[in-house]
Amino acid sequence: MVNREAVNCERVWHEISNYLEGDVEPALRSAMDEHIHTCKRCTSVLEGTRNVIRLYGDERMMEVPAGYGRRLEKRLAQNARASSSRWSSWSAWLVPVAAVALIAGGLRLANSLTVAPPLKSEHAQQAHDIPLDMLVVVSADAKLFHAPGCDVIHNKDRERTLTAKEAMREGYVPCLRCLRKYLNVAVAGHAALGAEAQADMADGELRGKGH
Amino acid sequence: MAEPNVILNNPAQEGTTREQDLIARVQRGQNELFYELVRPYERRVYAAALAILRNETDAEDVAQEAMLKAFANIRQFRAEARFSTWLIQITVNEALMRRRRERTVVMEAIDDRRDEESDYAPRDFADWREIPSESLERKEVRQRLAEALATLDRKYREVFVLRDMEQLNIQETAEALGISVASVKTRLLRARLMLRDLLAAGWEQGWFSRLPFEKGSKPW
Repeated sequence: MVNREAVNCERVWHEISNYLEGDVEPALRSAMDEHIHTCKRCTSVLEGTRNVIRLYGDERMMEVPAGYGRRLEKRLAQNARASSSRWSSWSAWLVPVAAVALIAGGLRLANSLTVAPPLKSEHAQQAHDIPLDMLVVVSADAKLFHAPGCDVIHNKDRERTLTAKEAMREGYVPCLRCLRKYLNVAVAGHAALGAEAQADMADGELRGKGH
Repeated sequence: MAEPNVILNNPAQEGTTREQDLIARVQRGQNELFYELVRPYERRVYAAALAILRNETDAEDVAQEAMLKAFANIRQFRAEARFSTWLIQITVNEALMRRRRERTVVMEAIDDRRDEESDYAPRDFADWREIPSESLERKEVRQRLAEALATLDRKYREVFVLRDMEQLNIQETAEALGISVASVKTRLLRARLMLRDLLAAGWEQGWFSRLPFEKGSKPW
């Protein structure tokens, strides 16, 4: 409870700022109101302080140098452009870097899963069901590997025997005729072996006939 | 007759919604909208910087730096704060750092230790009446008010500007300046009373002599 006698001019001046903020206890506020109502000096202090707050709180009091807004806008625009181009340049770098990383990762994965020799025929497909330790025959100038005794082997003088795994590692592809049962190729899949392999076979057949 | 659209007819609500929309769009990367977002506050940002640095060139530089910092950190802004308060706090922080860096405050700091705890008694008891806002249209009035403000010691000026010009509340002012709420209240009281005395003197010196009061009579 506020002692009415304590609310003299000095007390009002001391609390006037809090009073205007609405930050005084209701009892004190009533006592101050009562005092101010009868005191010219405190009325003057209250009204003057109100004027100060109102005048300085007006946005017109915030004067800025000529061209300030324009300069600020220009700098922010430059910054926005730089920020965007930084992102563009990052993204321009990121795309090829990510692509290279993907390709490298893909190749590495492929290498880890399969033996990937350069095929002697780019149209040929790798055989997946041929036992890797199966003995097969290749000849030096040909592109196919064959089951021993295949009648389409050409250049028999230069043939050699090796495992299917070794043949594939060297890039040979399976003969469609003698190794058909190991291949997932339909008859129509002759095309899958490609023109070179077929030519190779045809060549072998002709040579075989020639022999 | 159609019901008036209360929400659309409320400029403050419209402004807030538009501001929130702009903030969200800038946060999503529409950088070019940032100036539109901060333009309503560009004067307040400059005034806050000037209150601390007291140099127009430095204040403009800091205002720009503060805006750039706000742009760089816009994704950290959370809707629970007022955007204007957030912006002013960044500005105050930037200005305080600039001042510390340039060590221009040494002499003022000595003065700052005086008088804070003692009460300030008003000196002029002229019979005030409301000064119309139209008076601020006159450049010389604004100039006089700015000069009066500039005469205050730094610690009073800063608190006054943040609270009464920038409209931060007491707590926000305390946080921005790194001082206690009690100090803000004490300094604010003194700043307001000192400015009141200075403006009262202005009445007597004729600052407002061409204001539209009754002809031939003083306003008190």
